Amino acid sequence: MKERNRELFALIPASLLVTAGFAAIFIQRDDLLSDVSLTYGAIFLALCLAAHMVLRFTLPHADPYLFPLVAVLACFGLVMLYRLNEDFAREQAQWFVVGLIFFTVTIVALRRDHRVLERYRYVIALGGIVLLLLPRLGSPVNGAYLAVDLGPIEFQPAELAKIAIVIFLASYLRDTRQVLVVGARRFAGITFPPLKHLGPLLAVWGTAMVLLFVIQDLGSSIMFFGGFLALIYVATNRISFVVIGLSLFAVGARLLYAIRPTIEGRVDAWLHPFDPELYEKLNGGSYQVAQSVFSQADGGLFGRGFGQAIIQAGDGPPILPAAHTDFIYAVITNELGLLGACAVLLVYLLIIERGFKTAMIATDSFSKLLATGLTSVLALQVFVIVGGVTKLIPLTGVTLPFVSYGGSSIVANFILLALLLLVSDRARREAQAR
Amino acid sequence: MNAPILRLFVLILALFAALAALTSWNTVLNAEAYRDNALNKRPLLAEQSIRRGTIRAQDGTLLARSVRAGRGGDAALYERQYSEATRLFAHAVGYDFPLGIGRAGLERARNDDLIGERSELASIVDELRGKRQEGDNLTTNLDPGAQKAALAGLQGRKGAVVAIEPATGKVRAMASTPGYDPRRLEDNSVVSELNGDQTNAPLVNRATQSGFPPGSTMKVITAAAAIDSGKFTPDSVVDGGSPKEISGVPLKNFGGKDFGPTTLTTGLTFSVNTVWAQVAERLGRKTLNNYMRRFGFYEDPPIDYPDRQLIPSGIYSGKRLIEASSGSVDIGRTGIGQERLRVTALQMASVAATIANDGVRLELQLTDRVVDRDGRTVQDVKPSEAKRVMKASTARRLNEMMGNVVREGSGTAAALQGIDVAGKTGTAELNLRGLNQPWFVGFAPQGNPRVAVAVTIQDVQGGQGGTVAAPIAKAVMQELLR
Repeated sequence: MKERNRELFALIPASLLVTAGFAAIFIQRDDLLSDVSLTYGAIFLALCLAAHMVLRFTLPHADPYLFPLVAVLACFGLVMLYRLNEDFAREQAQWFVVGLIFFTVTIVALRRDHRVLERYRYVIALGGIVLLLLPRLGSPVNGAYLAVDLGPIEFQPAELAKIAIVIFLASYLRDTRQVLVVGARRFAGITFPPLKHLGPLLAVWGTAMVLLFVIQDLGSSIMFFGGFLALIYVATNRISFVVIGLSLFAVGARLLYAIRPTIEGRVDAWLHPFDPELYEKLNGGSYQVAQSVFSQADGGLFGRGFGQAIIQAGDGPPILPAAHTDFIYAVITNELGLLGACAVLLVYLLIIERGFKTAMIATDSFSKLLATGLTSVLALQVFVIVGGVTKLIPLTGVTLPFVSYGGSSIVANFILLALLLLVSDRARREAQAR
Repeated sequence: MNAPILRLFVLILALFAALAALTSWNTVLNAEAYRDNALNKRPLLAEQSIRRGTIRAQDGTLLARSVRAGRGGDAALYERQYSEATRLFAHAVGYDFPLGIGRAGLERARNDDLIGERSELASIVDELRGKRQEGDNLTTNLDPGAQKAALAGLQGRKGAVVAIEPATGKVRAMASTPGYDPRRLEDNSVVSELNGDQTNAPLVNRATQSGFPPGSTMKVITAAAAIDSGKFTPDSVVDGGSPKEISGVPLKNFGGKDFGPTTLTTGLTFSVNTVWAQVAERLGRKTLNNYMRRFGFYEDPPIDYPDRQLIPSGIYSGKRLIEASSGSVDIGRTGIGQERLRVTALQMASVAATIANDGVRLELQLTDRVVDRDGRTVQDVKPSEAKRVMKASTARRLNEMMGNVVREGSGTAAALQGIDVAGKTGTAELNLRGLNQPWFVGFAPQGNPRVAVAVTIQDVQGGQGGTVAAPIAKAVMQELLR
């Protein structure tokens, strides 16, 4: 079967899921199915089909499973958002349209050869850094500078910046990976890269530190720096580089921990979520983390069912804050239980598997590194937010890709998906030609 | 480059495995602990979407009901509403404001019934049938008339009254003053105000949570031990001289009166301290301790009331209970209700009821029956035997002796027209300036007891059990024998 036909078939689970999900919520709410609300499902399916047609005409050889897997996540997120607040779902659906436009534009612009991106790597890198510094102009949210206020919409540039930085690194490391390895010296049992080429790498480390310092967002820094380390490792196959990088990051993070109250507060909340003083603290306390694990405990193995999680009591403040963004994983666990949560993690793993598979079959270094980097930052983003919500690591606010409410996240992740599909199309076409 | 990519994938697999592991920990492995965490209001909130059952007095007076108070997410939310009548029963009924002050009293003890908690299987079946969980209704044994009489008798003083039906263990009255208006507890500022009032402590149920020195009412227990152990009869003669050396320290009778050789019956009638202290010494620590335990001392009284609102009666060293059999205890003074004895009104009412019930101690029940929304009885609370405390013959002899107390002794103020009352007064002296803790325990009618009662009042200047507590007991018994 041709790739695109397989893709079309693979969209069936997503369409069933979105229909079943909405149906479940309607039944639970009104004991009847309303045709008005079913249009959400229909619109969503139409969007999926439209994207599928774009792929059919532009990237016929691209991986057939990536898009359907993303569609499953997206429809899952949409159903959850609809359950939380119909307005969120409507806006999210609008963002899907915008995201798919960016998706299509990216594919159409780069479909001849995505490697033209290499030519603009410094521009892209600079753009990424500027994007990251933009929120500094605004005011912090929960102690971190994350968003730019653009009138009606709020833009989170870190989402786009992660793609820019991966493109830059993939391109830069393609050039320098040989010299990094050949010129390396061993000192005290550790292999150090040559000083000459260390500069740009130190610059990346510095950027991550500055990020941490300036936007005070541990989550984004972990994502960027983790992506960077993943790329260095894949480019050079030298574990020692990763060790050096990690130690540098650890040193920087330790310093910041000491001087920045935001990060210290997050770590304290992670270590002692049930400390009454931290729990009662209005800002930067442990209330959110504690409520997150409580809602997961409430879910149990099978969950409470759609629409049954307690998010808010009466007109009071929410029991579970940021349920539609940071804590959507907790809501999913609450309503669908351990099984539902594991299903979501599994879908991400499948996407990650397809991403790495794409990297492995790609023939040129840039494509390999690009696919690896994009997949890694996606995986790390999931790890950072789900790890924070489940209390595996201190909580830092990033979105759950394709599921959380948020325009920038949807747009950026669709661009990321477009790039992966571009790499995949070329790689599979070449593999078939051989 | 493919080998490191593969290894990177393996690393990410491991990270995701850690995520799945933590999710399992949160949802299943450690879920119980998280659900029970005091900060976790979720179980309480979930119960808010269940319409709690009503609570009624024995005559059907509505004491508590749930009304819709808006929506929480997709479910209707309910909140508790109390009426003017509930004020009479404030401590017994308790309150249910899960997001504020919390839950207490019957509302807490009978929570599972009130929210209609069923077995796992039954609730799954109900869910499949689309039935919402609904609470069951409670009818209590509490009698508004008796409750009113008790509160009127206490008259704004600090004190407690408990009345029990001896043959069944039904609690007919449970009053504690000062009280509070449960309707105002919704307001957290009122709650902190009430909590802050250390002198009046209106939220404390003085009938179940406050241990007071029992004074001479303790002699009933000493008498039960004396007669039931076979070492004494009501006619045994003991020297009632005053003072008498007890544990090396002289003990005087009330007013220093010398009774000379005295039978136990007379000794109880006129509450002769020296007689009962000598009896207790002759019985010994072990025997008296044994009978105190049989009467239910040293453990929370068995009743459908929350553990945290019950305290055991016994000898207290600070907050710690010490057995009467312990070597450090002055057993003679224990036998007349001195030493460091602290007893609750609930415990003393149970003592009276046990004697009235031919020596069998029953579990106490605030609840009469649990009925579901469709009127089907879910649970009909039956009398349930806790322990045989003494032989029936001992109980009948005690009954006679206590009858004398009301007929011609210290308890005449409790006498009812045309009905024989049995009882015992007590006056614990709290300090040398005449600050007393008066008591009365008793039951009626003597031949076929239908009500047993305990009354105590805190800090009464110069008041005696016979003059202050006995009239209240009389009024409550009168109400319940009508």
